[in-house]
Order: sequence, then structure tokens, then C-alpha cells
Amino acid sequence: MSVKTLTIDGRPVTGRAGETIFNVAWDNGIRIPRLCHVGGLTDVGACRLCLVEIEGQNRLAAACLTPVEEGMVVRTQTDRLREHRRLLVELLLAERNHVCSVCVMNGACELQDLAAELGVDHVRLRYLHPKLEVDTSHERFGMDHNRCVLCTRCVRVCDEVEGAHTKDVAGRGTLSRIIHDLDQPWGESDTCTGCGKCVHVCPTGALFTKGKSVMEMIKDRRFLKYIVTARERRQWILQEEK
Amino acid sequence: MDPAGRKVRVATAWLSGCSGCHMSLLDMDERLLELASRIELMASPLTDWKEFPETDVTLVEGAVGNVEQLELIRLIRSRSRLLVSLGDCAITGNVPAMRNVYPVEDLLRESYEAQSAPVIGVPGRGSAVPRLIDRVLQVHQVVEVDYFLPGCPPDAGAIYELLAALCEGRQPALETRRFG
Repeated sequence: MSVKTLTIDGRPVTGRAGETIFNVAWDNGIRIPRLCHVGGLTDVGACRLCLVEIEGQNRLAAACLTPVEEGMVVRTQTDRLREHRRLLVELLLAERNHVCSVCVMNGACELQDLAAELGVDHVRLRYLHPKLEVDTSHERFGMDHNRCVLCTRCVRVCDEVEGAHTKDVAGRGTLSRIIHDLDQPWGESDTCTGCGKCVHVCPTGALFTKGKSVMEMIKDRRFLKYIVTARERRQWILQEEK
Repeated sequence: MDPAGRKVRVATAWLSGCSGCHMSLLDMDERLLELASRIELMASPLTDWKEFPETDVTLVEGAVGNVEQLELIRLIRSRSRLLVSLGDCAITGNVPAMRNVYPVEDLLRESYEAQSAPVIGVPGRGSAVPRLIDRVLQVHQVVEVDYFLPGCPPDAGAIYELLAALCEGRQPALETRRFG
């Protein structure tokens, strides 16, 4: 197995060929912000929060999709990146109706955490306030499109881990939204197994268990680690969160 | 006191919000006594004022939801050296802005006619009820804001730190800035 040596934020690090900058950074305790990445699922580079600077390249690269190269010089924390990440979070907050104070995930939401971490204390853009649906047709779960950031974690876990592919994305741009089967109410889906994996990987309050009130929703995605490790190593153990 | 030894003139205002931010302000407990010796409270929702005073710092709770608040926030800005958006309603629109997905006419009809018993009718022009604006606005969409203190409500410690820092003429060290 070939090993690549590179520099991230001034620190010499090594990774295996084919490993992403994101994974090598996290393995070395360098925390790159992310929203769509979740360990164990295929990366898609949807949120762009993990953008990094690579010396010699003008273009910013999504760390979750860029393999490490020998001699690479990567920067994950610069003023330019901080400003981009801040703006990305502001765009997400302005695009739909994320009203933290009345959310099941208030206090445990990854978008809320990111905003705090990146110093977003107000949104400079005009809020769109779109009128979006809350689908509570499923027996046990609900989907609040107002709080969805289109990270597609739910789509990927449903396809790659559960093997059902109930969820997908329809529409373009700001009209994009998560759908079930052939765009029918979740509760009427023939393929949904009701496993709830989508609910637990969702970073915000978009997917929730019915009956939970403000701040009551707790998400636990350790199941994903168990399953992925079991598939890769044939061992039922819990690996470190990434 | 400010560095020159004068009491800092502070006011608070209440637009479209639940008064929870003001409750959080009162949650400063005994620190209020200490602040009282350093500030002069010029106006608040509980003090009687005829005309909004000139201030050094004005804390504004709530979003801008009607024509009266629109006029008031502009007046407040013109009379405040520093303006602070206090809490999520002022900063994001929060719960008051949840009405922004509906046309105002539909909302009024729903509240004053469809869901109202007895039916009193939508307040017309010349009514004592200020007219709602089409969309609830964040304070910084209307006027320039100097400091943002998010939270629903913002933490009492953060409000204290902000006021204490402004009294001492230094930049506040605000670590707990978080929506929700």
C-alpha cells in the first residue's frame, strides 16, 4: 500500500494512496468543518464546507472528495476559507425556515453548531421564507422540509446501508427537495422499511421521530459505524467517529 | 461609568418578541445592582417615556412586524450611539417571522374572521392596531446594527458582558453566541 506524505496546516502528515484530505486531516486531529460528510457513506461534496486551499491551485477543493498527493501543501484555516464557510452557512440559514428556538434538534443540531463555531451571529442575506411542506404521513417519523439542508445523508444511508433507496432528490436549485419513491407521501412509500437510519444521520431537525417536542430529539448514528466496520472488517465493533 | 466617569445612558426596546430577552436581562440577578451604579436607564418597556431618548446603548428585542415598529426602530437608531440586536427575533425574525410564508391579508382574515369568535373583522385604516407590514423584518434589514447577541433568549451572562464592556469602553468578549 503506497503512502503519501503531505503538509496540512503546516504539519507533516501521511495518508494512504486514495485517502481523502478530509480523512487524513481528521485522523491527525485537524478538524475540517463539514455538513454532508458522514463516515461510512460515499462522499458527494454537497455542502462545500470542507473546502480547502491547495498550494499551486487557484481553485478551492472539497477535502472530502480530493485524494491526498505526495508533497501536497494544504491549508484548512485561512481568512478566505473562513469567509466562504461563513457565507455558506448564512446561505443555508436564509434559504429555508430554520427556526432554532422551536426545533426538535435545538441544542444538538449540526447546522446550529457550525453557525456558532464559524461566528455567524446574524445573516447578511435576505431570508427567502419559502412555504414548505411538513410530511407526517409516516407512522413513526416526520420530515420537515423547512429544516432540510439537502446534504443527502438520508438519501445515501437509505441506498448504501439499508439498500432501500426510498429517498432521492427532485427539482433544481432552491426548488430541490427530498422525495420518497415516485414523489409520494413518505407514509405511502412501498420501499421504506421504517428502519429510521435516515432520521439518525440527518444533521438538523428535518428528519425526526414523531412525538418529540422542542429540544427533545436525540440522534445516535453509532449504528452506522457498527455496520460499516462489520462490512469492511467482519467485526462488530465501534470505531472512532469521523 | 464610561472611562470619562459619566454614567452610560442605556435604553431597551421591545418590538415583535415575547419579552423573554428582557426576562433574561433581569436574570443577571445581583449583577443588576452593580450595573445600576454604572448606567442610567433612559427608557424600557416598563418606564414611561413620551419621546424616545438619546442613548449611548440601546438593546432591541424583537423583529420589526408593523408600521409602528418600523418607525420606532428608525427613530431609535437615530438616537442611539450603539444599537444592539438582542436575541433571535431581532436577529433572525425567529417565531414572529414564521408568518412570512403567508400573505398578510390571509393571516388577518384567518385571525380576525375565520378563527375569531365573535367575528370582529380585520382592523381597517385608522384602527388603533398598527398595520402589519408584508414581511416581518430583521432589525439589521431596516437599520444598521452594531452588536448581535443571538439566543432565544440570549444568556444573561452574555448580556452582562456586553453592557459591562460597553461601560468600560472595550470590545465585549462574547463566546456564547448561538441561535436558539
